[in-house]
Amino acid sequence: MLEYTITLVFSTSADMNKMTSPLLTIQNIRVQYGCIDALKGISLDVFQGEIISLIGANGAGKSTTLRTVSGLHTPISGDILFQGHSIVHTQADQITRLGLIHAPEGRGIFLNLTVLENLEIGAYARRSSRREIFQDYEYIFSLFPRLKERRKQEAGTLSGGEQQMLSIGRALMGKPRVLLLDEPSLGLAPQVVNTIFSVIQKVNKEGTTVLLVEQNAYQALKISQRGYVLETGEIVLTGKSSELLTNKKIQEAYLGC
Amino acid sequence: MEEFLQHVINGVSLGSIYALIALGYTMVYGILQLINFAHSDVYMVGAFVGFYAARFLNIADSPSYTSFFTILLIAMAGCALLGFSIERFAYRPLRNAPRLNVLITAIGVSLFLEYTGQVVFGATPQLFPNILEDSIIFSFGGARVTKMDATILVTAVGLMIVLRHIIQNTLLGKAMRATSFNRHWASLMGISVDRIISMTFIIGSALAGAGAVLVGMKYPKIEPLMGVMIGLKAFVAAVLGGIGNIPGAVLGGLVIGIAEEFVVGYISSTYRDALAFSILIVILLFRPAGLLGRFSVEKV
Ligand SMILES: Nc1ncnc2c1ncn2[C@@H]1O[C@H](COP(=O)(O)OP(=O)(O)OP(=O)(O)O)[C@@H](O)[C@H]1O
Ligand SMILES: [Mg+2]
Repeated sequence: MLEYTITLVFSTSADMNKMTSPLLTIQNIRVQYGCIDALKGISLDVFQGEIISLIGANGAGKSTTLRTVSGLHTPISGDILFQGHSIVHTQADQITRLGLIHAPEGRGIFLNLTVLENLEIGAYARRSSRREIFQDYEYIFSLFPRLKERRKQEAGTLSGGEQQMLSIGRALMGKPRVLLLDEPSLGLAPQVVNTIFSVIQKVNKEGTTVLLVEQNAYQALKISQRGYVLETGEIVLTGKSSELLTNKKIQEAYLGC
Repeated sequence: MEEFLQHVINGVSLGSIYALIALGYTMVYGILQLINFAHSDVYMVGAFVGFYAARFLNIADSPSYTSFFTILLIAMAGCALLGFSIERFAYRPLRNAPRLNVLITAIGVSLFLEYTGQVVFGATPQLFPNILEDSIIFSFGGARVTKMDATILVTAVGLMIVLRHIIQNTLLGKAMRATSFNRHWASLMGISVDRIISMTFIIGSALAGAGAVLVGMKYPKIEPLMGVMIGLKAFVAAVLGGIGNIPGAVLGGLVIGIAEEFVVGYISSTYRDALAFSILIVILLFRPAGLLGRFSVEKV
């Protein structure tokens, strides 16, 4: 209950932020695979301090949106601004260095590296001292104690839930300004999902902005301030998460009630 | 028995050279899924770089460890630069092209180097400078270990230990392993994939340069097509060990080196070169992923 009051406080501060310019803006981007339109011109804003959820059915274009923001695809038209600067022609590794960090669909774990090596690679772009990086390992282990026990193991031996923890932990090692998460709850037991979602809330409270892609619409809308609904490459609905949760169409299509 | 020991010694020495060259094939394959046909010609250029450097520095006839290490380093640096340039100018523009295009380009680069080599270096064989005095350092059970063989082995093993350290323990090595696992994910970590690919070519080519100097010392006849046969054997070594697999390349190189010495010693030197191809056929038939490789279905 307490957590929700805090989110409410945050949502008002996000409203105030709207006076200022957004941290990340997607402006009318179109993305194609061959001649198939995956995104038909979508726009989206993310303000400093927000958790934004992007929900939609399979194949709606959610992952494509994140991959385009992080530079793995180039839109055929439209623009993406981060802190006011266009990043559509910036290379993926440079975008990461700007602080837009993407934990990809399928978790993106290097299964041939150990847990600790994965975390170290997460800090690859940083110019920090070994000591700072060691402190950050400890921070990640405090969020996900199970990773600490398994730090010397090859990541390929981890369970799905542990891999998801590693994926988020590794993204956090990059000190994100904006964390892009692609379906962190996919295929996980409810308990692990709760752990993951509470970590997302925690890092958000500590200052990280989050763009969260989810099919688990209920839980995503519960922790976010605003949401966007994507259907076959178009944003069909957007608004405060609390309002989306009570929206009839959303309830029928995504919340199963 | 002494004959047997001698063959093992010669085989390990030869095999360690195959391994050095095989590493370049396997590292590039691990990151780009490309068989870099030009690798064998980088090796050839390494021998000529050593040849001309020795002449230029006037150490062609002053054998010593100083001469040896000087030539070794210069050849490695020359090959590193060549490997870097090949990747930068021939392969990088094709980064998003179908793999077959890159493969054909690699064959083109290989032919380009071979025939440019014939124009620049001349087609007639040259004699690699005498940069290390050979002598027997010890014998046991009738088998002799020469200074040459010992130097070859120690140099090759030393380089492999350095490589292992880079790959296992440095941030560069970890980034190389991450990139070979999934290039796109690596770029999401802030890794510049182009830089990692360049480093892979630089390291692999430098190892080929070292191999060229080691071979040049032992078999001093060098000519622009000298890379073809040894390159094929090193490639077979990489496939035998499991292409893309670094310890596999070392194992494959040693197996081929030793097997070749046995074939020459106990059967006939006529079959020296046939052996590698027989091994290639057998491995492709029975264990296409190689000795240490994991099987994966390749989409060509
Ligand atoms: N590499 C690709 N090549 C061709 N088509 C693709 C590719 N990736 C995605 N698509 C198509 O683009 C559309 C959007 O895919 P995307 O992966 O973005 O959807 P999604 O919303 O993330 O779906 P899911 O919930 O299943 O992950 C789909 O129709 C998909 O088939
Ligand atoms: Mg997806």
